[in-house]
Amino acid sequence: MTLKIVVVGAGVVGAACAFHAASAGMDVTVVDRGPVGAGTTSRGEGNVLLSDKEPGPELALARLSRTLWDEAGRELGPASLELEPKGGLVVASTAEGLAALGEFAARQEAAGVRVEPVDRVRDLEPRLAPGLPGGVHYPQDAQVQPVLAAAALLRAAVRHGARFRTGEVVGAVTAGDRGRITGIRTSAGDVLPADAVVNAAGTWGGEVGRRLGAPVEVLPRRGFVLVTEPLPPRVRHKVYSADYVAGVASSDAGLETSCVVEGTRGGTILIGASRERVGFDTTMNPAVVARLAAQACRLFPFLRGVHLMRTYRGFRPYCPDHLPVVGPDPRVPGVVHACGHEGAGIGLAPATGALVTAHLLGHPWRGADPAAHTGLLPDRFLSCGGAPQ
Amino acid sequence: MSEPADLVVVGAGPAGMAATAAALAGGLRVVLVDSGTALGGQYWRHPPEHARAAVRTDDLHHGLRAYRALCRVLTAHRAAGRLDLRLEHHAWSAVREGDGFAVHVVDRRAAPRETAGVLRTPRLLVATGAYDRQLPFPGWDLPGVLTAGGLQALLKGGGVAAGTRVALGGTGPFLLPVAAGLAARGVEVVAVCEAAHPSAWLRRPGPLLRNPAKWAEGAGYAAALARHRVPVYPRTAIVAAEGGERLTSVRIASLTPDGRPRPGTERRVEVDTVGVGWGFAPQLDLLVPLGCALADSADGNAVAAVDAGQRTTVPGLYTAGETCGVGGAALAVNEGRLAAQSVLTDSAAGAGHGGMNGRLAAVRSAVARQRAFARAMPLAHPIPPAWSSWLTDETVVCRCEEVTAGAVRTARADGAHDHRQVKQLTRAGMGWCQGRMCGPAVHCLTARERAYEPAERLVATPVTLGALADLDEGTPPRTTTTPQAPTTTEAPPTPQAPTTSPAPTVNGATDKECS
Amino acid sequence: MSEIVVDGDPLPFVEGQTVAAALVAAGRVAWRTTRVGRRPRGVFCGIGVCFDCLVAVDGTGGQRACLVPARPGMTVTTREDDDE
Repeated sequence: MTLKIVVVGAGVVGAACAFHAASAGMDVTVVDRGPVGAGTTSRGEGNVLLSDKEPGPELALARLSRTLWDEAGRELGPASLELEPKGGLVVASTAEGLAALGEFAARQEAAGVRVEPVDRVRDLEPRLAPGLPGGVHYPQDAQVQPVLAAAALLRAAVRHGARFRTGEVVGAVTAGDRGRITGIRTSAGDVLPADAVVNAAGTWGGEVGRRLGAPVEVLPRRGFVLVTEPLPPRVRHKVYSADYVAGVASSDAGLETSCVVEGTRGGTILIGASRERVGFDTTMNPAVVARLAAQACRLFPFLRGVHLMRTYRGFRPYCPDHLPVVGPDPRVPGVVHACGHEGAGIGLAPATGALVTAHLLGHPWRGADPAAHTGLLPDRFLSCGGAPQ
Repeated sequence: MSEPADLVVVGAGPAGMAATAAALAGGLRVVLVDSGTALGGQYWRHPPEHARAAVRTDDLHHGLRAYRALCRVLTAHRAAGRLDLRLEHHAWSAVREGDGFAVHVVDRRAAPRETAGVLRTPRLLVATGAYDRQLPFPGWDLPGVLTAGGLQALLKGGGVAAGTRVALGGTGPFLLPVAAGLAARGVEVVAVCEAAHPSAWLRRPGPLLRNPAKWAEGAGYAAALARHRVPVYPRTAIVAAEGGERLTSVRIASLTPDGRPRPGTERRVEVDTVGVGWGFAPQLDLLVPLGCALADSADGNAVAAVDAGQRTTVPGLYTAGETCGVGGAALAVNEGRLAAQSVLTDSAAGAGHGGMNGRLAAVRSAVARQRAFARAMPLAHPIPPAWSSWLTDETVVCRCEEVTAGAVRTARADGAHDHRQVKQLTRAGMGWCQGRMCGPAVHCLTARERAYEPAERLVATPVTLGALADLDEGTPPRTTTTPQAPTTTEAPPTPQAPTTSPAPTVNGATDKECS
Repeated sequence: MSEIVVDGDPLPFVEGQTVAAALVAAGRVAWRTTRVGRRPRGVFCGIGVCFDCLVAVDGTGGQRACLVPARPGMTVTTREDDDE
């Protein structure tokens, strides 16, 4: 019997879930209040990174995802994703920073990441500031254009029979003693029958989980991205300073900025990334923009004469332990979470989709084995009684 | 100025000048910011003060007496230290800060050098005007095709007439002064193609009859065009521009009532320059990120929603002129006055000064009359519903990213249902101009039933990363011993400031802003 | 009459004119090449909105010729350096 799946969320994670579930032969309906990739997906830089992840459950998912992005590129055409295996270059600004970076990279290497220590970073990036002591090259780091990638994955899902509906989930329909889900109710008043519902609502995953009776704590972490004028290619890799890794892992409540600089197919240079915990406050903050600009100019002095053309901000969805929550929720049979990816949702999307599909099938799918990713299960937030801890 | 400003006004066109003058008259201290080299904005665009003897443009203007009167007021207050005039300052962001606002500017008097600074103020008046609204057509990206406003700006600002044989096209009364100005400078204007039909005004004569000044202005231009034998073709459009490396000819066609080229009427006219414009799009870039509510204007644009006193929905934020509905300079001046009156009323400091006293009622009734005219304008000069029938799939729609009409149509077929989604899928609107040129057209191609709401632009004008970095590091290039304006943390003017700009530390006492 | 230097050649201007006005006065309508289609572009909107008229001024790129006042001796470069 064909499994009926509703995926809530048409961001890159929801699109990847739909793509894998539909490829596995399931009957998939994607529901989103907006169009494909209009939320946090449209605010990302398109990072497909191994370099910023320490060994652990997220790196394991990221390694699988890196392979699945290549597979998606072969299946959907790399141009439709703007998939670019450009490699990452992490640069240290001090000798101590370089030593710490080297130690970090060695642990990553032991976990299966390809790392290449670099003494002369300007051999790889000629426009870097002089005097930087060194860095590490991560040849597996890549980039996609997030909205194009989400749209391509969703289109492919539709080719496998999936449907995309505009609407908002207001609640679950359940049956039986254990309250197994049998469908969802939408704001339009209709019921979509489902054997399982995938919560791929990103930053809004906490609210969607609550409406499905399976709350998870997903919080927004605001980030600004700067976009420069279009230029001839001048930055070849995804270049960032070693303190970016500390920023990604940090739980600090205040503003943090650690700069990531990279070129795009369109010729613009993207500069990230700030991290603020300010709820869903959309207010422009010129001070954050100025701080990112200053850091980018220190890394690449030529940027001083380059114009900031636009800036945008988005809200990374993060869980309290900064790991995504991927897997079935024991409280409501049929609810499968796939959210809380913080700033790594683009990179982790294909593996998340494959892992969700594997959970739904009850056996591994495209290299995703549920038994290998137990650290991402929602159970970690739940006490014995099933309530959030 | 030794005390903080009570009001920052962005935009020194008719609305901003009038608002500034009225606020100063009411006793407020004002900082007036404009990106241009002279007071006047687009409508009263002038060469910089020192160049007016070399570049004579007086005869191209309408309402110069009002301009000069405002200039005199502003110059006197500047000399008295109550007005801080910041020409060649570009406001790139305005944000709430405490109970007031922080207006982020870059000083470009020493362009290409930029110095970033911040103006802090309890109240902010945005009078940033509008720019020509464009519709793409085959060949519109050829060199030699300009906006009608661009031709006018070259004439009024630099005394330069682009081209020797010119055709103008689009809709709206603005085409007439552009044609008259070019003709007055010896340019052969071979056709003015007005997509609308004058009979549209006859169907609703009320607003025109109640605004005799508009009628007289229009009649004046008509007489000038007749004198220069400039033909005006109603219900006609420039449907294509042709040429290799530059424009050599246009194709002109009569239009059916819905705006399709009438079969058999198309003809080729040799020209070296074209000016096009389809009304105006309000410049809302500073207002939208501040969260002020927008309203649907009858001309297809979203505009800032204001009350009868030009207050936006954001406390302390006012706007006047084309930002709240395109209506021309006379309306903008009156709206500026009303906005200043509201600032005075709302400021404890200004409560005692009745800035306008008895004249307020007269201004309000003039505004009502002029707004009725403004509302009638798009009914008489609509965008032809079927304009997109002029496009081929190869026609460039987004000039910056060179996205074609075919690509936009494909994105729409893929489910994109507004210009933001088209942008994500095609890059239309992602380039240098950030969709200011193609936004209305992409909107019309995807979601014509709604008013055009521009994309939110958090950066209102490009600014170099170096200027921003200096702002962050708080390292102004030089320090000053005589602070001009304590309301700003901006770096002082640089020694390389061009001789064309007023010496800023003197507060303009020696400037004569009027020609 | 003063002069600016455009791509190495002197170009006269009247004090008060912008770089774009000086170029147009000299009969030039195009001076930039687009990135994708390599198409010629010059002044279009004339008021700093469309960014078609971009030039480099005194070595700094991304300058709108229609906004920058010409100054004696100013060097204007119309071609982007396609390095790398």
